[in-house]
Amino acid sequence: MAAAETFHGKTLRNAFGNVFSFFILILIGVLAFSIRLFSVIKYESVIHEFDPYFNYRVTQFLTKSGIYDFWNWFDDRTWYPLGRVIGGTVYPGLTLTAGTIWWFLNSLNVPLSVETVCVFTAPIFSAFASWATYLLTKEVKGTGAGLTAAALLAMVPSYISRSVAGSYDNEAVAIFALIFTFYLYIKTLNTGSLFYATLNAIAYFYMVCSWGGYTFIINLIPMHVLLCIVTGRYSSRLYIAYAPLVVLGTLLAALVPVVGFNAVMTSEHFASFLVFIIIHVVALVYYIKGVLSAKMFKVAVTLILSLGLIVCFAVMAVLIALVASSPTKGWSGRSLSLLDPTYASKYIPIIASVSEHQPPTWPSYFMDINVLAFLVPAGIIACFAPLSDASSFVVLYIVTSVYFSGVMVRLMLVLAPAACILSGIALSEAFEVFTRSIKFQLPGASVKPQVDAGETSSGSAIPENDVSKTDKTEDTLKERPARKNRKKDKEPVAVEKPSIKSKIEKRLLVLPLEASILAIFLLVLLGAFYVVHCVWAAAEAYSAPSIVLTSHSHDGLHVFDDFREAYAWLSHNTEVDDKVASWWDYGYQTTAMANRTVIVDNNTWNNTHIATVGTAMSSPEKAAWEIFNSLDVKYVLVVFGGLVGYPSDDINKFLWMVRIGGGVFPHIKEPDYLRDGQYRIDSQATPTMLNCLMYKLSYYRFVETDGKGFDRVRRTEIGKKYFKLTHFEEVFTTHHWMVRIYKLKPPKNRIRGKTKKSKSKSSGISPKRSGAGKKNPWH
Amino acid sequence: MARSTGKDAQALFHSLRSAYAATPTNLKIIDLYVVFAVSTAFIQVAYMAFVGSFPFNSFLSGVLSCIGTAVLAVCLRIQVNKENKEFKLKLESIYRHKVLSGISADAERDLPAERAFADFVLCNLVLHLVIINFLG
Repeated sequence: MAAAETFHGKTLRNAFGNVFSFFILILIGVLAFSIRLFSVIKYESVIHEFDPYFNYRVTQFLTKSGIYDFWNWFDDRTWYPLGRVIGGTVYPGLTLTAGTIWWFLNSLNVPLSVETVCVFTAPIFSAFASWATYLLTKEVKGTGAGLTAAALLAMVPSYISRSVAGSYDNEAVAIFALIFTFYLYIKTLNTGSLFYATLNAIAYFYMVCSWGGYTFIINLIPMHVLLCIVTGRYSSRLYIAYAPLVVLGTLLAALVPVVGFNAVMTSEHFASFLVFIIIHVVALVYYIKGVLSAKMFKVAVTLILSLGLIVCFAVMAVLIALVASSPTKGWSGRSLSLLDPTYASKYIPIIASVSEHQPPTWPSYFMDINVLAFLVPAGIIACFAPLSDASSFVVLYIVTSVYFSGVMVRLMLVLAPAACILSGIALSEAFEVFTRSIKFQLPGASVKPQVDAGETSSGSAIPENDVSKTDKTEDTLKERPARKNRKKDKEPVAVEKPSIKSKIEKRLLVLPLEASILAIFLLVLLGAFYVVHCVWAAAEAYSAPSIVLTSHSHDGLHVFDDFREAYAWLSHNTEVDDKVASWWDYGYQTTAMANRTVIVDNNTWNNTHIATVGTAMSSPEKAAWEIFNSLDVKYVLVVFGGLVGYPSDDINKFLWMVRIGGGVFPHIKEPDYLRDGQYRIDSQATPTMLNCLMYKLSYYRFVETDGKGFDRVRRTEIGKKYFKLTHFEEVFTTHHWMVRIYKLKPPKNRIRGKTKKSKSKSSGISPKRSGAGKKNPWH
Repeated sequence: MARSTGKDAQALFHSLRSAYAATPTNLKIIDLYVVFAVSTAFIQVAYMAFVGSFPFNSFLSGVLSCIGTAVLAVCLRIQVNKENKEFKLKLESIYRHKVLSGISADAERDLPAERAFADFVLCNLVLHLVIINFLG
């Protein structure tokens, strides 16, 4: 009778706790959404940066032309004259998601623009991601840890930096997909249900659709399976979690056009196939072991071992031969630069030139995951006591992601969820220990555990906060034995006896009252620091759209809207089919905002084409004119920050243009642009540097602004102040000189007779130019 | 040496056979199904080795559908195997059950065969819907 009563009390408390955590989760979702709105409030509702503009443009096309045209889309407004097959080279997950949301809202007669939907996709999905984190951590360590981890993830700066409103990029939905796939894997592993395995494969499909980072999943899960097998944790649940995922996942991945048959052809995926074979062998061994007696099994082992080894070697030989037959050993450049951090800088300047592909610095860890960096080790320890399949997965996840984040600053994003999960576990375990020791030492509470239970069932006597706390501890106590699959059950019919015993047992582990109160206070303080830092990071550091810039100075706020000014000028004042050349960073923006054809853009698929533009930028005017003219270019766009001190302008990127250009066209040599190994643009600069197109286009008429030509980014006076352009003419310079647009002059008419002589006297290069004009097919 | 190995092998074979004879018929049917699927996959691989893998999509989907079917059947076999004690109903459902009928808390039960089969059908449905996409 008493047992039934306590049992009813427990279910009531359980229900209460469920409702409570449901509301907490809703609040976490609201928090995750609203903390990312700083960029909309401080600036406006615009798409940010570079890649999001491309995604926005693709989404526009999708909503306008429909899904079939989208798959077959050949874009002729970029990579002129090559064009680009967008449908087959883009990860469609983000676009399809936003397109579906837009379509759904419109069919409900909610007339939102495509841009609005795109801007708010990332915050919505970060709310989803924090819920997925809750689910994942709940599978690993129970509800309390899940809620803490979800709250931490909702505002981790590393993730905020990629998912503020307007940052419409693949990572925005991919992180949700990543966490959710991991959750479903763990769920399948814990339950052994084929239903979850199916869902897992579909979630993996969504991840493959969204981001190239899916290779992380398809390598991490096999690693975990291997770890389980090696440590003797093989179970048939592991088989059900892994084998269907590989088959279904591979097939689904091959459906995504950008992956296609790479899903079975490249080395990134081979690990999963190898482990797939291994798990079958292991499954067979376990099956035979279960069927046979111990002695016969030994006989079988000796027999099979000799046979099996031969088969294994044969398979290995085939695999190695397959891998070795492909030129890069089957690995793509980006993956190789992950395994060997120095690979990119050695071989692929175009990967190395992107700042987010550089290794991070130590402060960036503190900036991006803040106090979580200190909580993670505690979380790892908590995962080892007791170690389950799920918690070993989390440990493996953090270890690998720490390595990857150390290689590329961009992959800090993969580390963030792992850090949140482990910190959530650490925090909730710490709270559990401290609150328990306080609870046992408070007068009254320690008298009788039964009273405690009875009181909670009445509910009203105890403040809500306390209920939730006891509920959390109770939950974790209950769920852990079940999860570990321990054979002994802790909750038999007579509830009181073992619970008293366990409580007495626990009393021995109790900490002093003062110490635990102080510790709780310190932990809350730590959390408060974290919250303050996150809000600061969201509001100040990561919300800039970088398309509109602001600066605070003594006379107030300045807004630099030069980019949109320049793109608007292009779209209003040039022909629809004019080609605009710029460095590849501005390609996506030019096509999306100005709707003009560009030569190269941020999808750096053709190195030679980019090198051609880099060569043109680093050549003298005449050679550059010839290159551009051969590409049908009408306008050249350069970004110049020297007047207002905008540091990421083309002059600062110029050395990469030289390097990339020189990689394909050897007559461009980097040392020619450096004075004693130093990159400078003042009077000490080399003549090659002072005569190259980029220098001239950036500093043309610059001396007229202040009379001295003082560059505020490089903090120096420029080397060559007064010069004229012979092959280009300035057509537009924005308000703060940040974007300058030049037009290619048409080739001059050939001049015969006397005038030619006088011309050739005035400038030494003109006879050559007339020769070039003859060759020129454009004229 | 060789004779002893041969004897061992024979003994092993016998014990395997006698052990396998004890398995229930429904599991044996599943085993047959698995063997059929795997052998179909092998035939396709052999065909590929002789003729070449030109329509790679059909080769890929053919082999993977066979392997996938086999894997799913193995999963089903694992789940409906009465001797396998790893699949317990999850906590919540036990509670609900207990509240209703009042049996003791440690009455954990196996995954019902109907549930396992429903999952199997669902997973197969997804698998073959994907395979259909590789046609043509």
